[in-house]
Amino acid sequence: MISRRDFLQVSMAASAMVGASGFGNWARLAAQQSLTQDQLLEFDTFGNISLIHITDIHAQLKPIFFREPEVNLGIGAANGQMPHVTGADFRKAYGIADGSPSAYALTYNDFASLAKTYGRVGGLDRVSTVINAIRADRPDALLLDGGDTWHGSYTCHHTEGQDMVNVMNALKPDAMTFHWEFTLGSDRVNEIVEGLPFAALGQNIFDSEWDEPAELFKPYKFFDRGGSKVAVIGQAFPYMPIANPRWMFPEYSFGIRDENMQDMVNEVREAGADVVVVLSHNGFDVDKKMAGRVQGIDVILSGHTHDALPEPVLVEKTHIIASGSNGKFVSRVDLDVRDGQLMGLKHKLIPIFSDVIAPDATITKLIDEQRAPYADQLSEVIGRTDDASTLYRRGNFNGTWDDLICDALLSEREADIAMSPGVRWGPSILPGQEITREDIWNVTSMSYGEAYRSEMTGEFIKVILEDVGDNLFNPDPYYQQGGDMVRVGGLGYRIDVTKPQGERISDLTLLKTGEALQADKNYAVAGWASVNEGTEGPQIWDVVESHIKKLGTVTVTPNTSVKVVGA
Amino acid sequence: MDFSRRDTLGLALGAAALTVLPFRVSASSDAAIEEFTGGAAVGEGGITLTAPEIAENGNTVPIEVSAPGAVSIMVLAAGNPTPGVATFNFGPLAASQAAATRIRLAGTQDVMALAKMADGSFVKASSTVKVTIGGCGG
Repeated sequence: MISRRDFLQVSMAASAMVGASGFGNWARLAAQQSLTQDQLLEFDTFGNISLIHITDIHAQLKPIFFREPEVNLGIGAANGQMPHVTGADFRKAYGIADGSPSAYALTYNDFASLAKTYGRVGGLDRVSTVINAIRADRPDALLLDGGDTWHGSYTCHHTEGQDMVNVMNALKPDAMTFHWEFTLGSDRVNEIVEGLPFAALGQNIFDSEWDEPAELFKPYKFFDRGGSKVAVIGQAFPYMPIANPRWMFPEYSFGIRDENMQDMVNEVREAGADVVVVLSHNGFDVDKKMAGRVQGIDVILSGHTHDALPEPVLVEKTHIIASGSNGKFVSRVDLDVRDGQLMGLKHKLIPIFSDVIAPDATITKLIDEQRAPYADQLSEVIGRTDDASTLYRRGNFNGTWDDLICDALLSEREADIAMSPGVRWGPSILPGQEITREDIWNVTSMSYGEAYRSEMTGEFIKVILEDVGDNLFNPDPYYQQGGDMVRVGGLGYRIDVTKPQGERISDLTLLKTGEALQADKNYAVAGWASVNEGTEGPQIWDVVESHIKKLGTVTVTPNTSVKVVGA
Repeated sequence: MDFSRRDTLGLALGAAALTVLPFRVSASSDAAIEEFTGGAAVGEGGITLTAPEIAENGNTVPIEVSAPGAVSIMVLAAGNPTPGVATFNFGPLAASQAAATRIRLAGTQDVMALAKMADGSFVKASSTVKVTIGGCGG
C-alpha cells in the first residue's frame, strides 16, 4: 500500500515542478508583456493518464470578467480551511505575489485595475486551445465536464441549451454530470441526453417513483487509458429538487447517497478498476466529507461551489480538485497508475487568460454561429457603470450585481423589501464598462425567472433568512446546499453564523423607515427565482433592464446593511 | 406587474408548513419507546437507518431500515404530532429483517428506528432529516 506520506511527497514534488505556488509565477513576465500561452500550458507530462476537468461554465461561450469572492466563510471544521480562505490569506497560502496574474485570477483585491492589465478570462474557443494542447501531449486524455453547462446566458435560454450542447460536443468530452441542466425541464434534458455522444453520469440520479437508479443516467463508465482501467463515477448535484423547482423534473430524485457511492466504488474495483475518479457536482465541503466516508476514491473532480484552488486538497487518500467556474479555468491532472493503484499525481490549474491564449478558430466560428441569430439582442447597450463601480456577484452575503437587482425590484415592483437568490454564477462588469442586454442575462437568465411581488409577515421573512442561512452555515456539510445567502434589499439584519437555525438572524430592520421589522406586520416583498409552481410576474431580466435604462449610469454604494458576527 | 393573490397564498401555505426551530421530541414518542422496550436499556449498532439528509418533499420521505436478527423494528418520527410511523414484525422464516417505506415529516426532526433482537435486547439508530423552503441553489 502506498502511504499517506508518499502521497504528500508526490503532491509537493508536483508543486515544486511548476513554481512555489504550484500554479506559476508569471508576474515579471506579465509586467514585461511577455506572458505566453506556452508558459500557461507548460507541463511535463507525467504518469500514464491525463484528466482534463472543466465545470460550472454556466453557458459562458465568450471571454468575460469574473471577480472571485471576498467573503467565503467556513463553519465548524471548515473554518479557515480551503476553499474558505480569500484575498491576502489565499495568496499567502499559495505563495502568490500581490498584483500578479495569479492574484488577479484567484483573489478579489484590486480586481478592476488588474482586470485592465490582464484582460478577460475564459471563452470556450480558448478552452479548446488548452484541451488541444493537452491532447497533443496525451492524445487519449479524458475530458470531464462537471455540469452547470447548459444554463446561464441569453443564447442558452433561447436555444434551451442547444448552443452549449453544440459547442461542447465539438470539444469532445468523455463524460458529464449535472445540476442546472435539469431546470430545462425533464423532457428537454431527456431529449438532449438521449443524443449525447458521451457518457451522462450520476450514481445519485434516481427515479423518484420507485427510488431506483434512473435508466437514462449511468452511475459510472470505464475507460482504458495508458494500460490501466479508469472508472469515472458521476455525482450530480444532490439537492436539485430542493434548491431548484422540483416540479420541473418530478420524475427524478437525487440526494448524496454515499452508501450507494461506496457500493459503486466497490463494484468498479471488483470489475478491475485501477483508479477511481468521481466527477462531482456536490460542492467542495460535501466532497470533503464524502471523501472521508467513502473508501477507495482516488480523485474527486469537484464542482458546484465555484472554488478555484491551485493545489489539490487531500482527504486521507482522495485528491480533491476544484476548477473554478464560468470557463475561467481548466484543470489538468496527470496520474501515474501502476499495479492497480495510484502511485502519483501531478496537477495544474490553468487560468484561461483570453488575451494570452489564442482562440481555436474552428470553435470561434462555431460559437459565433450559435450567437448570430441573436446578435442584435445581445449587443444592445442598456446602460453603463460609472468610473468607480464594479458589478460582481460572488460573496456569502452580498455582491454589487445583486444590490443592483434588489434596487431594481424595490423600484420597479414598488416593494418594501427585495430578495435575490444567492446563486454563485454570473460574470462581472468593470468600472466605465457598457452594460449590454447579454450582460444582464448572464446574471439573471433561468427557466423560472418570474419576479413575484407578495405580502410576507416579518416573522416569515425571518423564517426565510434562517432557512437559507442554515443551508449555508450548518456545520455539517451534508446539510449545506452550496449557494450563498439570499441577498436582500430594503432590509438590514445581523447574522451570527456560529448559532443554530432559528438563532442566527436578529435586528431585522426596514431600511426605509429605520424601524425594527414587526413579526405580525405584512410587508410588500419582491423577489425572483421562486421554486413554487405557478409563480407570476415579469421576468427578472426585464425588470433589471428597465431599471438600468432609467438609471443610465449605474453607481454602486457600499452595502453595510448586513452585520456578520462569529466569522 | 400586478401582485397576484395566488403567489401570496402559495407563500402563506409555505409559511404555515414550516417553523423556525427543529421540531421537538414529543412526549408521546418517549411513551412509544417505553412501550416498545418495556423500559429496557437501548444500545447502538446492529441497526442501519437510511434517510435523506434533506427531504426532497416532506410529504413523502423515503426511509429504509435494516437490523439483521431483529424480531421487530419500530420507526418513529419523533417530531411529528403523532410520532408512530410503523412497527415491522419479522417471523422466524423472514429472509431478511429490513423494510422500506415513505413517511411524512412535519418539519426538520430526528427519525428514529428501534429494533428488538431475538435475544430480547434493543438497539436504535437515528437520523436528522431536514425539511426546508429551498431555493437559492448555487
